[in-house]
Parts: sequence; structure tokens; C-alpha cells
Amino acid sequence: MPVGMSAGTPAGAAAGAPAGAAAGNPLLMRSTSRARVVKDVAARVAMWLAALIVLVPVILILYYVAAKGLPTMDWEFLTQPTPYSMRLRGGGFVNGLIGTLLMVVLAAVVSIPLGLLGAIYLVEYGKKGLLAQVIRFFSDVMTGVPSVFVGLFVYTAMVIPFGFGVVMGAASLAIIMLPIVVRSSEEMLKLVPRELKEASYALGAGHWHTISRVVLPAAAPGLTTGTMLAVARAAGETAPLLLTALSAQEIVTRLVGEATASLPVLIYYGARNPFPAGQERAWAGALELLLLVLVFTLLARVASSRNRLWQ
Amino acid sequence: MSEEPAFRVRDLAVSYGSQVALKDVTLDIEPRKIIAIIGPSGCGKSTLIRCFNRMNDLIPGTRVQGQVLYHGQDIYANDVDPVTVRRNVGMVFQRPNPFPKSIKENVAYGARINGYKGNIDELVERSLRGAALWDEVKDNLNRSALALSGGQQQRLCIARAIAVQPDTILMDEPASALDPVATSKIEDLMQELKERYTIIIVTHNMQQAARVSDKAAFLYTEVNEAGTARWGVLVEYDDTSRIFTNPRDKRTDDYISGRFG
Ligand SMILES: Nc1ncnc2c1ncn2[C@@H]1O[C@H](COP(=O)(O)OP(=O)(O)O)[C@@H](O)[C@H]1O
Ligand SMILES: [Mg+2]
Repeated sequence: MPVGMSAGTPAGAAAGAPAGAAAGNPLLMRSTSRARVVKDVAARVAMWLAALIVLVPVILILYYVAAKGLPTMDWEFLTQPTPYSMRLRGGGFVNGLIGTLLMVVLAAVVSIPLGLLGAIYLVEYGKKGLLAQVIRFFSDVMTGVPSVFVGLFVYTAMVIPFGFGVVMGAASLAIIMLPIVVRSSEEMLKLVPRELKEASYALGAGHWHTISRVVLPAAAPGLTTGTMLAVARAAGETAPLLLTALSAQEIVTRLVGEATASLPVLIYYGARNPFPAGQERAWAGALELLLLVLVFTLLARVASSRNRLWQ
Repeated sequence: MSEEPAFRVRDLAVSYGSQVALKDVTLDIEPRKIIAIIGPSGCGKSTLIRCFNRMNDLIPGTRVQGQVLYHGQDIYANDVDPVTVRRNVGMVFQRPNPFPKSIKENVAYGARINGYKGNIDELVERSLRGAALWDEVKDNLNRSALALSGGQQQRLCIARAIAVQPDTILMDEPASALDPVATSKIEDLMQELKERYTIIIVTHNMQQAARVSDKAAFLYTEVNEAGTARWGVLVEYDDTSRIFTNPRDKRTDDYISGRFG
């Protein structure tokens, strides 16, 4: 922020103070009219209400998932695979946890670097050119495509020739993540002040040095947030995995050609079966998935704030 | 003139797209002098100073005609890499723009990307001393540069520029965002820097130009008869003492005596 502004001019200080403080000075009193105070209070209350209304469903979901999931979530649940029958108690979702971790990590390893490079291309090289506009357009279209279509595409392209598997599931997740990473990263890279880039060029840095040493570090926190949004979205996808990874009761042993469980698909199967034991596991699975996304996000936040020195 | 000029500018014209911003600029800049570029807002001072290190290349659609000879070599020739130019001609901007990195990494930035072989710590200390900032920051080299005051940030930007070991430093209104105390520190610093560097400074502030510079270039905006186009021209370029006491051109006289601008 501009340094000279912090001192605050007398007029600025008075405007922020209660109306009574300006009593006796007609010049300052005129600016805080009654109608303005009322409008200000009304706007404030409206914003607080809006924020509260947004928070209500989030808190209810968190509460409900925790209340229903915690009783079943024990060491056995975290470390054992799903029993062969929904009717049986015990067992857990470790097969789904491992499947989800494998697929999400694989999808992230492919889509995050690719999406980041794409965003760098859009902001630093393509700009308003034809190719850049085409990429932007199709990214937007891809973000809107229902994920089951992505599943069908991967089913046709990969599952029919090679069978179900982690790789197929990861491919569909990567396709879903890629446009999100591209577009959110583009927005973040655009926020890097031009002054910083100019400073770098003026010191004799080339284009790539400026991108890698100034633009990316400066944008890192925002890039992380956008990327984590994509990871969270992928971790919760169910429909494409039904078509590409299917599910299994055992822990996966091969990356290709073996049906693989994932947390969302296990939750889906558990939730729509009639037996209480299966349903309880689904609740615990939902809680596990929620915590997983939370841990991912927190780790990424810590990692990206580590190296940054924005005050 | 005893010495070969650091820069010779010949018939320089700059346009942004179809709009001409600056025309007919011809001047020589002697080494190890402070040259002030003065003139009203929008007359092309920034445009001119950005020609000396090819910063205008970064703005799409900018066209530069004429010649800018740096120690005899045309920096706009086809085979010249602007990166090489900028390693020799440093720049300090109007708003301090340190990187969101530590003080040390700010100063070391140019050296690191240029593959500097020497001792980085020594370079950082030497550059910070050169920018009269060492005593204030020597115990906090790993702190964020953004925690410094505006005046300190600007001196850090100067340290960062001299760490690349240029022979010319361009300053585009380097003190216009600073308070008077910080401004006078920068001005004192400029007097020290001119022992080793050629300094070209844009300033809005007549007193500042009169105080610090050896020579001054006065730019002024010309308007075509229809009033549809305006561009900057170099009206007068002379010793600062002459510009401020006995200018040749009436427009210069009017401007420095505050009759317009
Ligand atoms: N990036 C740009 N694109 C188009 N026109 C510009 C750009 N930068 C400056 N100009 C125009 O060029 C003229 C000179 O600008 P500038 O060199 O910034 O003036 P000064 O620094 O003297 O205030 C102005 O009319 C300004 O509007
Ligand atoms: Mg300017």
C-alpha cells in the first residue's frame, strides 16, 4: 500500500469517527448526514446476513457428517477394506482411500503442471491472440461439461480397449481438473503487478526468468488455492469413476486392468443399499473424504505461505 | 567536450500504435553526469527515458525510430539483445517496486539471473552501502523488503540496480512518491552515485532538477492545428544553470517560472 497514505489526513480521520466527534465543526458535520448513516448500517446488516446464510448449510453439512460418521470411524475403518457383504458390520474403506489417493495424485501430477503451463502461456505469451482465445473458450466449455460425459469419453477411449483401472479413473479426473487449473491460474497470474515484472526486466532478466522467479512466486498463494479447488473437486467426483475405475472390495494391486475402489464410489454404493451397516460405513467414508480434502488444502496453504514474504 | 558521450540520441521518435508520443529528439549525454528530463505531465518524459534501456519494447505496438547510440553502438540495431542493454543500463521506477522477497534476495536478484560468479554476500553489502542503506538493514537482511519504509524501498531498488553493475542508471520520478526527508536522502545519494554512473532522471519537481542535475532537457507538448494530435518535442537541452537562469526558448522560461504546466 502507498506509504504516504498510512498517516491519515485529519479529514479522513474525522470521517471514520462517530458523528459526535465532529460536533462544532460545520464543515465536517455536513458530510455525515442521517440518511447516509442509515444506509451504511443497512448495507452492513445485509452483508452480515448474507454471510450467515451462506455459512448455515456449510455448518449443517459439517455437523451432520461428523455426527453420523464419527461413531463408525475407528482404527478398523481406516485400515481395513470393505467386507464382501453390505450387511456385515466392521471393515472399512481403506481400499477406497488408497484408490482415491492414487487417482487424485496421478491426475494432479498430470493436470497441475500442464494447466499451469497453459495458464502461463495464456497470460505471458498468447495474451489476446487467436490461439489463446480458443484455449480460453474451450476451457470454459470443458468446465461446464457434466463429469459423466468425461467418464463416458474415457470409457470409450480407454476402458473398452484396456479395461477398468486407476489410470483410467485418473485420466477422467485429470480432464475435469485441467480447465479449472488453467482458468483459475490465469486469473491469479494476471493479478501480478506489472511493476514487478518491469523491475525484473529492468534488471536484465529474460522472459522466462521473470516468470519463474518473480511472477510464479508472487502468484503462488493464489495458484495454490485455485489448484486445491480442482483437487477437491476431483476427489469428490463419483460419476466418471463409476465408468472408469468401477469399484472393488480389495486393495488395488495394478494400475491398469483392475477395477479399483474410490471413496466417493464406496460412499455411493453404501448410501443406496438397504442395510444399516453399509450406510454407516458410507457416513464414515463421507467424513473421511471431507477430512482428506481439508488436509490437502491445509498442507498446500502451509507450503505456499512458507516461501512468501508479502509482509 | 572532452569525453565520448555515453549516449547519443539522433532524431528519435516514438509512437504507441498510430499515436506519435515523441518526435525529433536529438541530444548527447556525457558520462558521469546527472541529466534531468523535465516538462509538463504527458509530454513524453517517461517515453524518452524508457528508450535508453529499451523498456518500451515491453509495450506491444510501440515503435521507435531514429537512433540511440550507447558508447557508439545503436541499441535498437537488429542484432542487439535488449537484455544486454538492460544489464548495462539500470532503472529505478516512480513507485518503489521491490520484489516480495527478502532484502538480500532483492539485491542479489540481478546477479543470480546473470550467473554471477563472485561472492553474493559481498555484492549485497557493497550494493547496499552504495545505496546508503546498509546501516539501516544490515541486521535484517533476511526480512521482507516490503516491511521497509517507502524511502528505504526506493534505496533498495537503487541497490538492486547497481548490483548488476551497470554504467548508467535511469530514474523515472524516483522521489515523487516519497516524503521530503526520504527525497533528500535520494538526492544526496545521486550526488555520490554520479562519481561512477551516468544518471538520467525524470522529475516533475523544478527545484529538484535545479538542485541535482548538471544538464537539463526540457520537453514540451505540441498540438497539431486541428487539435486532434499531440506529441512531445525536445525544446531545449543545456546546462542546468543556463536552463534555469537564462533559457533560450520562451516555453522553457514560462514553464520553469511556473506560468504553465
Ligand atoms: N503504453 C502507452 N500506450 C499508449 N499511449 C501511451 C502509453 N504510455 C504513454 N502514452 C502516451 O504518451 C504520451 C507521453 O506519455 P509519458 O511518456 O508517460 O509522459 P510523461 O512521463 O511526461 O508524463 C501521453 O500522451 C500518454 O498518454
Ligand atoms: Mg511519466
